[in-house]
Amino acid sequence: MKVLVIAEHQDSALLPATLNTVTAALRVADDVDVLVAGHGIAELAGSAGQVSGVGRVLACDSEHYANPVTEDMAALVQALAGDYSHVMAPATTFGKSLIPYAAALCDVQAISDISSVVDADTFVRPIYAGNALATVRSGDRVKMITVRTTAFELAAEDGGSADIVNVEPAGTTEAVRFVEQMLSSNERPELTSARIVVSGGRGMQNGENFALLEKLADRLGGAVGASRAAVDAGFVPNDYQVGQTGKVVAPDLYIAVGISGAIQHLAGMKDSKVIVAINNDEEAPIFQVSDYGWNEDLFTAVPALTTELDGTG
Amino acid sequence: MKILVPVKRVIDANIRVRVKADKSGVETENVKMAMNPFCEIAVEEALRLKEAGHAEEVIIVSAGPEKCKETIRAGLAMGADRGIHVHADDRLEPLGIAKILKAVATQEDTDLVILGKQSIDDDNNQTGQMLSAMMQRPLGSYISSIRKNDTGFEIVREIDTGLEKLQIGSPAVVTTDLRLNEPRYASLPNIMKAKRKPLDTRTPDELGVDTTCRVEVLEVNDPPEREAGIRVSSARELVEKLKNEAKVI
Repeated sequence: MKVLVIAEHQDSALLPATLNTVTAALRVADDVDVLVAGHGIAELAGSAGQVSGVGRVLACDSEHYANPVTEDMAALVQALAGDYSHVMAPATTFGKSLIPYAAALCDVQAISDISSVVDADTFVRPIYAGNALATVRSGDRVKMITVRTTAFELAAEDGGSADIVNVEPAGTTEAVRFVEQMLSSNERPELTSARIVVSGGRGMQNGENFALLEKLADRLGGAVGASRAAVDAGFVPNDYQVGQTGKVVAPDLYIAVGISGAIQHLAGMKDSKVIVAINNDEEAPIFQVSDYGWNEDLFTAVPALTTELDGTG
Repeated sequence: MKILVPVKRVIDANIRVRVKADKSGVETENVKMAMNPFCEIAVEEALRLKEAGHAEEVIIVSAGPEKCKETIRAGLAMGADRGIHVHADDRLEPLGIAKILKAVATQEDTDLVILGKQSIDDDNNQTGQMLSAMMQRPLGSYISSIRKNDTGFEIVREIDTGLEKLQIGSPAVVTTDLRLNEPRYASLPNIMKAKRKPLDTRTPDELGVDTTCRVEVLEVNDPPEREAGIRVSSARELVEKLKNEAKVI
């Protein structure tokens, strides 16, 4: 048995999601390779080789992987999949788009968003927004899998000494052309890997009021997230969304501010270690999953909390 | 342009699901069903493209048991032109559904397939990508906007770090994210009219498709319960608890 992990990276660094995926892969087999596809990736391939537990790094350097489209990445995965029993990628927008596409090219049924490895053929995955957990067994020769990153620890970024092997690029599509990315500028920690997350909902009333949460998050060294309602209302960009169809987070501390707690939102954060809810609605469902609930107007509570933290240092 | 919109019948998004005692799945008897919300967004976008003069016909397709016809009728009531029901009583998984959709899209010679990015029951997020791969038609996954132009479509995708703009050729396959549009409600006259719109039935056999499942569901369990904790009433109390009890700050 042998696993190929598809690395996701940005600005010449592996994303933490890749390290979670390596851990999941090591639960399946001892033999784990990592594919690093990109342009100008020598250094990146080197750091992938340092990751603890990685056997080999397959480096694929080509201009058309600089901003890779799903079609091109999937063609490369298909070309390599024959040597592997499992192909695994993080359940990010990158992996979620890629894995099913590559699975269809190989005529296998992909397995989405696994939260646990039972054995090499058997996995647990959340369904119905995490309100049920399905144990599933695949009979396909090669298992194509996306990994719920919050369910697996980060692999250590050092201690490995993998060989780096160059692989040939696969074909490229003419039918899809990358135009541009409009990235949210944000100096805070990345939402899905932050140790502390402060999220706002409809109760924030407008985008300007998110400044209150940013101040609190900065005081705690945390990230800022949002419920779907806040994103739909245009308070914050789409990449802030935590929930069933947005990002899944499981920080040490999750502070839900002005969020009622729809099941779709809970799906994205209920595995957090400690949950704090601040809400002026006594009956808000978010209180049912909170370790610490504070029934108070957020415009009073959040500044008071920030001040208190400043005071206690 | 002809647009195909696959839709799925799922447990209504507002229902709290219950896992069956025998762990074989979740309870679906006497539970309110509805069109998957992402599929509603897909139907809406197809109708808007038609209303803007870019499409002549919007076809709704759904694969599954007899009751899926209700979901197709819901799409027709929103304004789609006709429906196709692919009758299958056995469990289907995304690979099999994508094969069915490929056969239908080929038969109907459609230029654009718009799907929901994910169904809120199995949360797979696979079918659109699989269909795109099988048909070798360009993919636009998780779109928040689509604009027809001379060479195909300019789409904007929602990605983890923000937004991404791609130019894709036509014919194409796209999947909808939440912010693409706000679906309309069907009016009563349109619900009545939908009853008379054409709805054909086919089977996977007639389409020449093998839908045998590759992944077996061994059991379905409840997730671990999370207990409600305590209430606090001041910032000082909360900070004290987070520092000394939870030890997270």
